[in-house]
Amino acid sequence: MIPFNFEYYKPSSIHEAVQLFQRLDTEEKQPIYYSGGTEIISLARINILYTKAIIDIKSIPECNVLHLEKDQLVLGACLPLTEIEESNFYPLLTKTIQEIADRTARNKITIGGNICGQIFYREAILPFLISNSQVVIAGIHGIKTMPIQQVFHQHLHLKKGEFLVQMITEKADLHLPFISIKKRQQWDTGYPLITVTAAKKPSSSFIENSSNQSLTNYERIQIAFSGLNPFPYRSEEIERDLNQQHLSLEQKVDLATSHLPEPILDDFEGSAQYRKFVMKNTLQHVLSTLEVQ
Amino acid sequence: MSLSEGMKHQFYLNVNQEERSVVISPSDILLSVLREQLGLTGSKPGCYNGDCGACTIDINGTPIKSCLMLAIEAIDKNITTIEGLKDTPIQKSFVEHFAFQCGYCTPGFIMNCNALIQKHPNASDEVIEEWLESNICRCTGYKEIEEAVKSVLHSNK
Amino acid sequence: METIGKSIIRKEALDKVTGTAKYTSDHLSLPMLHAKMVISPYAHANITHIDLSEAWKIPGVRAILAGEKFPLTGEEIRDRPPIAYDKVRYCGEVVAVIVADSPAIAKRASSLIKVNYEPLPVVNSPNQAYENNAPVVHENIDSYERIKNVYPEVNTNIANRTKIRKGDMELGWQRTEIVVEADFSFSPSDHAAMETRCVIAEIREDETVVITSSSQSPFMIKKLLHVYFHIDIGKIVVNVPLVGGAYGGKASVQLELIAYLASKAVHGRKVKILNSREEDLITSPVHIGLDATIKLGCSRDGVLQAAEILYLFDGGAYSDKAVDISRAGAVDCTGPYRINNIQCDALCMYTNHPYAAPFRGFGHSEVMFVFERTMDMLAKKLKMDPIELRLINAIKPGDTTPTQLAVNKSNVGNVSECILKLKKIMNWDEGSIKQVSNTKVRSKGICCTWKNSTIDPDASSGVTLTFNPDGSINIISGVVEIGTGTKSVLAQMLAEKLKMDVRQIYVQMEVNTKSTPDHWKTVSSRGSFMAGRALLNAADDIIRQLKDLTACILRCSKVDLEVGLGKVYLKDTPDIFLNIKDICYGYMYPNGNAIGGQIIGRGTYIQRRVTYLDPETGAGNPGPEWTVAAQGIELEFDLLDYTYNVIRAATVVDVGKVLNEKTALGQIIGGMSMGISFAGRETFQFDQAGRILNPQLRTYRPLRYGEHPKYEVEFVETPVIDGPYGARSAGEHGLIGMPAALANSLSAAAEVDLNQLPLIPELIWKTKEGAVDDSL
Ligand code: FES
Ligand code: FES
Repeated sequence: MIPFNFEYYKPSSIHEAVQLFQRLDTEEKQPIYYSGGTEIISLARINILYTKAIIDIKSIPECNVLHLEKDQLVLGACLPLTEIEESNFYPLLTKTIQEIADRTARNKITIGGNICGQIFYREAILPFLISNSQVVIAGIHGIKTMPIQQVFHQHLHLKKGEFLVQMITEKADLHLPFISIKKRQQWDTGYPLITVTAAKKPSSSFIENSSNQSLTNYERIQIAFSGLNPFPYRSEEIERDLNQQHLSLEQKVDLATSHLPEPILDDFEGSAQYRKFVMKNTLQHVLSTLEVQ
Repeated sequence: MSLSEGMKHQFYLNVNQEERSVVISPSDILLSVLREQLGLTGSKPGCYNGDCGACTIDINGTPIKSCLMLAIEAIDKNITTIEGLKDTPIQKSFVEHFAFQCGYCTPGFIMNCNALIQKHPNASDEVIEEWLESNICRCTGYKEIEEAVKSVLHSNK
Repeated sequence: METIGKSIIRKEALDKVTGTAKYTSDHLSLPMLHAKMVISPYAHANITHIDLSEAWKIPGVRAILAGEKFPLTGEEIRDRPPIAYDKVRYCGEVVAVIVADSPAIAKRASSLIKVNYEPLPVVNSPNQAYENNAPVVHENIDSYERIKNVYPEVNTNIANRTKIRKGDMELGWQRTEIVVEADFSFSPSDHAAMETRCVIAEIREDETVVITSSSQSPFMIKKLLHVYFHIDIGKIVVNVPLVGGAYGGKASVQLELIAYLASKAVHGRKVKILNSREEDLITSPVHIGLDATIKLGCSRDGVLQAAEILYLFDGGAYSDKAVDISRAGAVDCTGPYRINNIQCDALCMYTNHPYAAPFRGFGHSEVMFVFERTMDMLAKKLKMDPIELRLINAIKPGDTTPTQLAVNKSNVGNVSECILKLKKIMNWDEGSIKQVSNTKVRSKGICCTWKNSTIDPDASSGVTLTFNPDGSINIISGVVEIGTGTKSVLAQMLAEKLKMDVRQIYVQMEVNTKSTPDHWKTVSSRGSFMAGRALLNAADDIIRQLKDLTACILRCSKVDLEVGLGKVYLKDTPDIFLNIKDICYGYMYPNGNAIGGQIIGRGTYIQRRVTYLDPETGAGNPGPEWTVAAQGIELEFDLLDYTYNVIRAATVVDVGKVLNEKTALGQIIGGMSMGISFAGRETFQFDQAGRILNPQLRTYRPLRYGEHPKYEVEFVETPVIDGPYGARSAGEHGLIGMPAALANSLSAAAEVDLNQLPLIPELIWKTKEGAVDDSL
């Protein structure tokens, strides 16, 4: 039960939505965009979130697109996670989001909501971080499409009044060999200790550096994490470590675990030391699995 | 559509194939409206936080936790609550398999199971597990629930 | 037998699958106010100021209760203000209550109450509470009113000490050749029933107090409201509809007191208070925690010689039922073994944690975890098979218990048979540990358990039976239907006794303390035993009346009559009979004369020859009978990352007699599930300041579908002579051994002693290598 009232708007176009936001903002209504709303409802209930106006963007057509085009996959921000899972255009994404919350909740949680959420795991972003993906963002000045790396640093950097409309992923990246693992404190329920998603991608820089390696066995591992720190991320440094061709698997993992960004989460789900232990095991598992794929 | 703050508005919700009139504010949670305004107390509150599944109802064929939905979001949708199920195979099966004790989680479980059976009449163990881990039962060890669901699914085959 | 043992479907089954079953919070009525609590974010603090001004500004606020000194409450020691006064002693404690027109208004107003606190040093574990210079949670323990037989120790955090002194410790240690010592600990956790506690209270014009509550103890609510607030006991009526899971947690009386005070503050208007999940987890009483130290010795042949045990129960901020739980832990302080020399101190400690309610097993899963884990450590040191060690020592008729009671076959059942059957189910002879791949092992662990019911020596139960004109019967019993199906089992017993169709027997599910005979509390698995005995007495009462009347009408001796199949008939000439339906409301002669009148059956039961324990030695008869069991866990353990899955869980339990097979299985399996969940995952996480970090079901995580193992249950049936049809209690026994069995199995797999709960992979990692490995 939400202990305060708010106004409710359900615009049917992007333009209408951003206009509304601007107006409500000038009226000091602290408006927020609302998609699945699961997090908004649960944080409002315990007084962690407050607003006088919500703007439900679920009727905006662009936010509901689920479309595999000639060379890209377009996913609207308001798609429930289970709908994306069922279409399964991007198996790595399916695998990753399947581990979020539980199935009934995922009928309501949307991909945009998870990516833009306050609860910091935001695991739905991981597959986009390691693929060629773009985000479509709407604001008062119109719609812009930007590479994810430019706008996602720990969280999606949206300016006031902007909202996420779509995620676009290059088709070539949808079916790379991948692995996605979620490790929890215990068994199959709960937030992650760590979630790791990784994919193996043919390297474009390979041709220039090549000496006598064969083209087929040089593939670059791209990897992103959640749960290790209070934000999801992809780290170039760790990727460099894991892609050191001359090192053994153990050496790669050791090197990578020495480069984990601080501070490592240290909370009731798991201590920082233990998270590192889990990370190390998981990285080993990731590398050995991707190696045979 | 827009609704202003603090004001109550009259709407119709389509619940169990009946048009029901409700007077709601935008911040009213669907679960509360079903229980307190429509007297449909079969959907249970267990957490109001999306964690327990006791409040699960069916919206257009999909199980939804009614504590995670604003009543206003349910306008123009087909809502089915436990009160809307009559003599379904899964209800019978729950009785026959002793799939409940205190019964508090039961409406939520049945709504979820019923949607599962409609959508995946041949659900595999993995699919059953994926769906049913959305609900907590504190009384049983899930064994009887498992047997109840599987007996309906298998009789479909 | 016709009906007993069969899996008859519970009476309220249809209501429960159609959504028509009504629980307390499903009662809606319009002129009803709603209360909301404000709870403390601190574990220990002085309340320096409460500002209500902003809250009062919200339209629709009808009353605010805060900063007022109400009578102290508590079942054994009256140490708890129903709403905190001056001081808070646990995170989650109620500091104010708002009564308002709607739940939303009450909630909004509650967030506007400003409370200033001055934090105090926190007692964050029983071990810490026991230290000499520990902060004291209650300064004036001796000023509190208390019942007999409770012994708080002044200027300490000890609310009570139960002493067990059996045999001669010196002799015991002399005979000891192998000894193990160990420490154990786990924090409080919770019942987490799916229905959060809910109470509706009103005070009528004639001062009748009417309470509707999701409670296991309607009659105790009535009694305690009388004791605490001096309300005439006849003017208190408590209604209990169906209850959505309880597990002991709804036996404590807390929210009822708050609801009563709230109603009083609005001149008796009806007030509803429904716990949020967060409040239900931490504000309402919890599952007790424990710190323990044990020293256990045996001779080289494996015969147990001496046990020295210190149990420090985490009673939390207020003693309430924790004293009794710690006492129960003392009574069965060892496993079900013959041990001649025992010294045990079981202390109920005050800490700054939420206070404890009974929890399924009432102290037993806690002490069995300690003792049975130690048994495995001893077996290892002895190089003896853990099953063998238990068989050698299993308690048998003629042996004595820790409270020096000589047991017999009837009151203790058959531990050895349970062990032997378990051995078979677990395929123990194939070995208890097996490598299944490079990185995985399969491991088995077992334990034995026992439990007596240490409820009040004079606890009693009553049953009334009334007839319907068609000869069918209504059972009216004070047992609360909390999910155990007890009332349906009562119907089965009656059907058996009267040779009737069970469909001809109706049960009144709801309890109303004005019209329902008293049943002490629906706890401790005593429902079918005590109410069953009362029911059989009531049935005898009916039979007697039916025979008296029939003897007169048929002009025969009543000893020649038999009752059954809806008739009263001559034993040797069954075709001479009267239909019960024709006489249960009196018999009318053809000329209109009538005799008899309606037949009402009445039966009661009170516990027999149970005693208080001797304060110095603990000697005494603690309760009616034990239920013994042997339990096992098989799991698959990953040697690299220390994760594991429970593959199967087994229980062999001596239930005396199976009354309803599927109901009994459901109880045992449900208990096992809860035990695995408690042992494997559930705990409150306290920070340094005693605050609870996980008060939601997304962070406090009961077992889910798919995480459950395969369950295997077998019954042994050694009748308890005075039980109904020989049945023993069985509602808790699936749970009791799960922590020990899981810990034993995991300790074997990980080759390290795991003596804490919950058994999460991080604990195994920490025990094995975490302390030393800083190299990552
Ligand atoms: S009430 Fe628990 S999930 Fe809705
Ligand atoms: S039957 Fe009680 S919670 Fe499931």
